[in-house]
Amino acid sequence: MHTGFFTIYRRDMIRFIRFKTLLISSLVQPALWMAFFGIAMSASFNRLTMEIPTLPGVPTVDYLTFMAAGVIAMTTLFTSLFGGITILFDKNWGLMREIFASPLPRTQIIFGIALSGMTKSFIQAGIIMAFALLIGADLFAGFTPAGTVFAILGILLFVGVFSLGFLFLSAAISISLESPEGLQGIITLLTMPIFFASNALYPINAFPPPLQAVSLANPLTYLVTGIRYFAIGNNFQAVGTQYTVTPSAIGFAFLFLAGFTLMMFGLAWWRFQKAVVT
Amino acid sequence: MSGQIITVQELYHCFKEVVAVDGISFDVKEGEIFSFLGPNGAGKSTAINVLTTLLPIQEGRATVAGYSVADDPQKVRESIGIVFQDVTLDRDMTCREILEFHGNLYRMPRQERKRRIDELLTLVQLENKQDVRTKHLSGGMKRRLEIARGLMTRPRVLFLDEPTIGLDPQTRMRMWEYIKDVNREGTTIFLTTHYMDEADQLSDRISIIDHGKIITTGRSFELKNALGEDLIYLETSDLAGTREVLSEMEMVKEITIKPRGISAMLNGDGTKVLPSIMETLATRRIRVNVVNVKKPSMDDVFVHYTGRELRDEGAERASSAVTRAGRR
Repeated sequence: MHTGFFTIYRRDMIRFIRFKTLLISSLVQPALWMAFFGIAMSASFNRLTMEIPTLPGVPTVDYLTFMAAGVIAMTTLFTSLFGGITILFDKNWGLMREIFASPLPRTQIIFGIALSGMTKSFIQAGIIMAFALLIGADLFAGFTPAGTVFAILGILLFVGVFSLGFLFLSAAISISLESPEGLQGIITLLTMPIFFASNALYPINAFPPPLQAVSLANPLTYLVTGIRYFAIGNNFQAVGTQYTVTPSAIGFAFLFLAGFTLMMFGLAWWRFQKAVVT
Repeated sequence: MSGQIITVQELYHCFKEVVAVDGISFDVKEGEIFSFLGPNGAGKSTAINVLTTLLPIQEGRATVAGYSVADDPQKVRESIGIVFQDVTLDRDMTCREILEFHGNLYRMPRQERKRRIDELLTLVQLENKQDVRTKHLSGGMKRRLEIARGLMTRPRVLFLDEPTIGLDPQTRMRMWEYIKDVNREGTTIFLTTHYMDEADQLSDRISIIDHGKIITTGRSFELKNALGEDLIYLETSDLAGTREVLSEMEMVKEITIKPRGISAMLNGDGTKVLPSIMETLATRRIRVNVVNVKKPSMDDVFVHYTGRELRDEGAERASSAVTRAGRR
């Protein structure tokens, strides 16, 4: 196996750790989402949903716990979509020429950048989970220690596949563009529908049918489903909706994400083969 | 087995309507230092970008180290090293990290990588800057680091695109020495430059390139000899008269009017011709203010072949102005 991706990976991680502002902001930001948005929203939602009769025999999950999965997913989405920006900077500052003129296969560049982005997402997901627990979210409630470890691994698996998919997409866009501003514009365009047409913050069963269809084709929905399955359980109710997840549904969610990621890799591969950097 | 390490046939490259390389053909012999000499915008960097596989080949054929640039780019990349024209260093990595990264790109084994980095850092005198981030280096240091990087992998062919641009004279000399050392150890050097002295000092052979075409190729002394043996430069009270006098002399091969004087290329020894020139000028009552006899430089060679002066960056307009003045 070619290990050239590790060279790219290491450099990107060195830069991540070295830029203190970038490092700290990327670590603090997800915690801030939980702290402000999470607490504010959960206060409102909990008050609003108090009136809704609960289904007997189904464990109820408060809004903070419910949205923690959404915040992990959202952070992963943003971090991954921006992950390819390194490529754009390298291209604009001439650094990509050194790499493109070297014998390193271009797929290794894609892998290196994607894996470092995935690492960042893992770190952020860890921070959010820890912080969520700290401010009172009931993640992994009633799990055995072994069960908790298994759940965390499951979450990381979903986060990993999802982040790779969006990192490949980001890499494909970045290598095709000339300016970071362009990437910013495209990312803003993409994040809006992906984030809001999903089950990250609210149930999708109240959506009008077209929006529901969009959310069912949305990788973020499947990531959130996966995280909730591992962090909360396969049968719970929140925001007046019952969530039951069968193993086959989780399998489908994973396959959906894996398929999306493969497609995005194909896209990135194609863009990198086409790319000319001088 | 000193065959051709680079062969180029009818290479053509354009960017939209702009033709950057216009059907050039040349060979580089294994083990030599070969230069492309030409002004900015002559097509030197484009040619290098094609040969180093950064630009796809549009028309023509090229091989580097025995591999086709079009069909076997991966093999070409494994055989070459490059120093780019402008600085391509990550500002936030240290000198050692820059070299580490490069060695890793070429999959150098750890031990060899470390030894080579130590060796190169000493050579370019950056050993006590090895843990300094490149943004804190001076321009010359950055260039030295880049040259060290280009040499990391002991490539068969090292491409140097304007290697000593922006370096102080001392550093340039040391770079030249080092480039020669590397060459002596067996690396073929392909360099582009718009510095006459650089092409002259370093190269075994020089191609003069202008407007995407190779004007002429040869050894430095051959190019100079094509012009003549000596060059006489005169500033006098009557340039037209001087020109007349010179054009009547048998040994004068070519006359060029300069902004303030006149220069003549001679077939023979200038010191022997000069007295008779002075004598004739004296009989015509033309006063001589400045006189100079010298061997032709690469500058003169360039002017001779292209009809243009070769100037530093941003002097395009100035040089065309000189050409106009010369034609008058």
